Amino acid sequence: MIADDDEKWLAAAMTAVKQNAFYMQRAIDSNNLKDALKFSAQMLSELRTSKLSPHKYYELYMRVFNELGTLEIFFKEETGRGCSIAELYELVQHAGNILPRLYLLCTIGSVYIKSKDVTTTDILKDLVEMCRAVQHPLRGLFLRSYLAQVTRDKLPSIVSELEGDGDAQMNALEFVLQNFTEMNKLWVRMQHQGSSREKEKREKERNELRDLVGKNLHVLSQLEGVDLGIYRDTVLPRILEQVVNCKDELAQCYLMDCIIQVFPDDFHLQTLDVLLGACPQLQPSVDIKTVLSGLMERLSNYAASSVEALPNFLQVEAFSKFNYAIGKVVEAQVDLPAAGSVTLYLFLLKFTLHVYSDRLDYVDQVLGSCVTQLSATGKLCDDKAAKQIVAFLSAPLEKYNNVVTILKLTNFPRVMEYLDHETNKAMAIIIVQSVLKNNTHISTADEVDAFFELAKGLIKDFDGAIDNEIDEEDFQEEQNFVARLVHNLYNDDPEEMSKIIFTVRKHILTGGPKRLPLTIPALVFSALKLIRRLRGGDENPFGDDSSATPKRILQLLSETVEALSDVSAPDLALRLYLQCAQAANDCELETVTYEFFTKAYLLYEEEISDSKAQITALRLIIGTLQRMRVFNVENRDILTHKATGYSARLLRKPDQCRAVYECAHLFWADECENLKDGERVVLCLKRAQRIADAVQKMTNASRGTSSTGSVALYVELLNKYLYFLEKGNTKVTGDTIKSLAELIRSETKKVESGAESFINSTLRYIEFQRQQDGGMSEKYEKIKMEWFE
Amino acid sequence: MNFLLGAFKPACNISITFTDGKNRKQVPIKKDNGQILMNPLFQSQETIAGKIHIDSYQGKKVEHNGVKVELLGQIEMYFDRGNFYDFTSLVRELDVPGEIYERKTYPFEFSSVEMPYETYNGVNVRLRYVLKVTVTRGYAGSIVEYQDFVVRNYVPPPPINNSIKMEVGIEDCLHIEFEYNKSKYHLKDVILGKIYFLLVRIKIKNMDLEIRRRESTGAGANTHVETETLAKFELMDGAPVRGESIPVRVFLTPYDLTPTHTNINNKFSVKYYLNLVLVDEEDRRYFKQQEITLYRLKEETS
Repeated sequence: MIADDDEKWLAAAMTAVKQNAFYMQRAIDSNNLKDALKFSAQMLSELRTSKLSPHKYYELYMRVFNELGTLEIFFKEETGRGCSIAELYELVQHAGNILPRLYLLCTIGSVYIKSKDVTTTDILKDLVEMCRAVQHPLRGLFLRSYLAQVTRDKLPSIVSELEGDGDAQMNALEFVLQNFTEMNKLWVRMQHQGSSREKEKREKERNELRDLVGKNLHVLSQLEGVDLGIYRDTVLPRILEQVVNCKDELAQCYLMDCIIQVFPDDFHLQTLDVLLGACPQLQPSVDIKTVLSGLMERLSNYAASSVEALPNFLQVEAFSKFNYAIGKVVEAQVDLPAAGSVTLYLFLLKFTLHVYSDRLDYVDQVLGSCVTQLSATGKLCDDKAAKQIVAFLSAPLEKYNNVVTILKLTNFPRVMEYLDHETNKAMAIIIVQSVLKNNTHISTADEVDAFFELAKGLIKDFDGAIDNEIDEEDFQEEQNFVARLVHNLYNDDPEEMSKIIFTVRKHILTGGPKRLPLTIPALVFSALKLIRRLRGGDENPFGDDSSATPKRILQLLSETVEALSDVSAPDLALRLYLQCAQAANDCELETVTYEFFTKAYLLYEEEISDSKAQITALRLIIGTLQRMRVFNVENRDILTHKATGYSARLLRKPDQCRAVYECAHLFWADECENLKDGERVVLCLKRAQRIADAVQKMTNASRGTSSTGSVALYVELLNKYLYFLEKGNTKVTGDTIKSLAELIRSETKKVESGAESFINSTLRYIEFQRQQDGGMSEKYEKIKMEWFE
Repeated sequence: MNFLLGAFKPACNISITFTDGKNRKQVPIKKDNGQILMNPLFQSQETIAGKIHIDSYQGKKVEHNGVKVELLGQIEMYFDRGNFYDFTSLVRELDVPGEIYERKTYPFEFSSVEMPYETYNGVNVRLRYVLKVTVTRGYAGSIVEYQDFVVRNYVPPPPINNSIKMEVGIEDCLHIEFEYNKSKYHLKDVILGKIYFLLVRIKIKNMDLEIRRRESTGAGANTHVETETLAKFELMDGAPVRGESIPVRVFLTPYDLTPTHTNINNKFSVKYYLNLVLVDEEDRRYFKQQEITLYRLKEETS
């Protein structure tokens, strides 16, 4: 409803303006000065309304403004026709109402200035002074805005024309400054108009008007002759005085931003202490961080854009000034929430990183200041602050892309201490990801230690923290990061590398049952890599007391993996033991290897009960054991025997069968002459065959003729025989093979075995080998069988 | 026909011209009927000279008992209608009794006439100067012709002209201090000044400066006082805050002002006041009136 009225009033005012403008135009056309003045005054009287909202008033103003343009031209022509401009200047002041009078005065004033037959500065002074008479905020703002607008294009020329005339320059400057001051006062005063109920609406309207005020600063920045000296001594102090004294949040915020955006970078740099000095004096509710961030961002860009500017930054000690200023601001604004102060430091940090990227001490100093601030507030709990501090800590990471650099910042971990668990973890993830993304190598044990200190949010649970609701998948992913990370901890020097491994282990072991299965493998493999390197280096340059012997590392690993078995990840532990055993084997450490096997066996016996898991584990054991070369006969026998024993005790017969024929390999190592026990191989295979027979019987009994399982087993066995035959096991005879083949044949005749393709490819293979030249065909000569056509 | 016409017409036509009539400055004077006529302008101690022409119609003979011209300074009070007080009366005999047959011209001269008062047209009183030519006739009634002229007297700028400065207010509500640069202004002058707001607790809507004329006529119990506002000049729009100072600049040229007249011939006085009026949002008026003296300063170009 109010808006409707607004519309109506505006329409009425517009009509009146249009009408009077028409008469004014007619008077102008007939060169009737008196009438032109009369109607223009009447037209301007429409601006005296108090009914319109700022928005609508602006529309009206713009309309009138356009009409005044023609009046200005008319005045100019009048003076050309011999009418004294001074007389005109007096004449317009006869208007009885103040507002039309002043609009007319400004209009003629702008003509007066251009005519140059009077000291322009006197006119400027007069105009800006006379405009005081309008104390109504809205009308005053627009009047002064009009004044600024009509004089605007004339000001720079004045200044340049009067070059050398310092007084005149200062006067023009003074004019703009004063107009600015008055406008700001009016603007600030607007908030006290009307009822307090509509405060919010009023503030919104005020915000719409802010550019009227800000334009003055823009004009100032464009005045020629405003050099650094004048800016520093006059312009800035005057503006700041006004900004500080107006004690208005909206104005302070906007104007500070204006100052920062409008004036050149270099000026800011040279007047930094003045500008920053004003910040703590602003109202507590002012969003200083936006202001300062704007400034720092500008200066950062400035530094980035020109290399010549950098020495200036050093010269004016921009950093320490900012640091000091922010400290002051935080001190002055008692109610500033933690998020706010952290944000401030964040911007300072960004600035520092931009401008002083090589000054780690500065960066550290910022962190230090932040710590001091945080120590007053204690742990951060609100979300906003946490977010800010994550950004704060991430900034140097992003900048340097190198965690090693970050590790040099002594205050970095101190800041992290103030994070809550959640945030701490998030931060840790960021740090770790940074390492992974940039493929950073952390290459000393001390650094690694420090690094894990930083990332401890990921590495271990916090005391008393309850993370039941943690998503399992997320958790795994996080821990995968850690695992990947371990590989980035690397040093070419084995000595140092082993130290690194010790350190990593120390930290990783604190991880608790949920983490260990995910993180230990990485550690183990990293260590194994080192062992392989040590071995590759042939000679051990360190002597036996060095920590970097394979033996010691293996020992360490043994202890480490043991931790896994405590947390019920026996499969994993078993695999790792076997891996270690392999490494030990490669290092020809028999007892150690044996030890690992023992542990693996124990695990197998005690912890692995699931039959599927057993099969897998057993295969791993067999596979690994087969490749062991370090054992003497006795040890090997024990282990082999055990493995075979495990095989025979598997639950399902087919599994037994398979495991047993796998065991055959344990007695036959191709490259090693003393490990070729043909007899025992055949024994094993025979035993497997017996099991297969049993399977066959069982299936026949239980399900009639439908099963195919045993046929496949037989074919597999056949293949094993063929393998050993090829390898030159003399105990494998043609008869054995033949009889097995027969068996298969008879079985397949009885039922659809489903294993035809397997059989056929086996047969094709035999055929193929038979036709080969050389020794292979000879071996196959033994097999004489008539296969089913 | 001619005879008949002649019977209703004066027997002769009298016209008065001033010696330097063509060059002399003319100023407008408002007549009783609202008409504005231009009249020649004189000042005190000037010689008023000219010629009087008497034309008889169609050569008709006009007998008379003498021709004379009088210079009269009169004060006319409207409530005392028709009563003129002549404060100046000078007579020149132009002709002895005789007859006029044809156009006759009489030169006249009042040299260095003392005319202390200015021509004034007020609400209740009028002061005028007039030349009165009388052709005295015994039986047919005298033939009289008037010619108004205007007198303005110029004074040098006063040697002492202090500014007006004053602090006024309502306790705990409004305190202002105003300052006008002079207490005596000439008629083409500009009032410059400032108004300082020392304390503002009311919501002021606007502030005007009024120029008021106070005309008092008569004496004693018969005194009539008439006040009119000649100008209302807006000085300020909106509500100022403490510490503001509002400039005052009022050009007096556009207004129809006269010098201040004090006790003219014991008949009337005209005084001028500046009235500073503040209006608050409830349209209450707060005002302070200050007398100023107006005087007529010799213009450089006349």
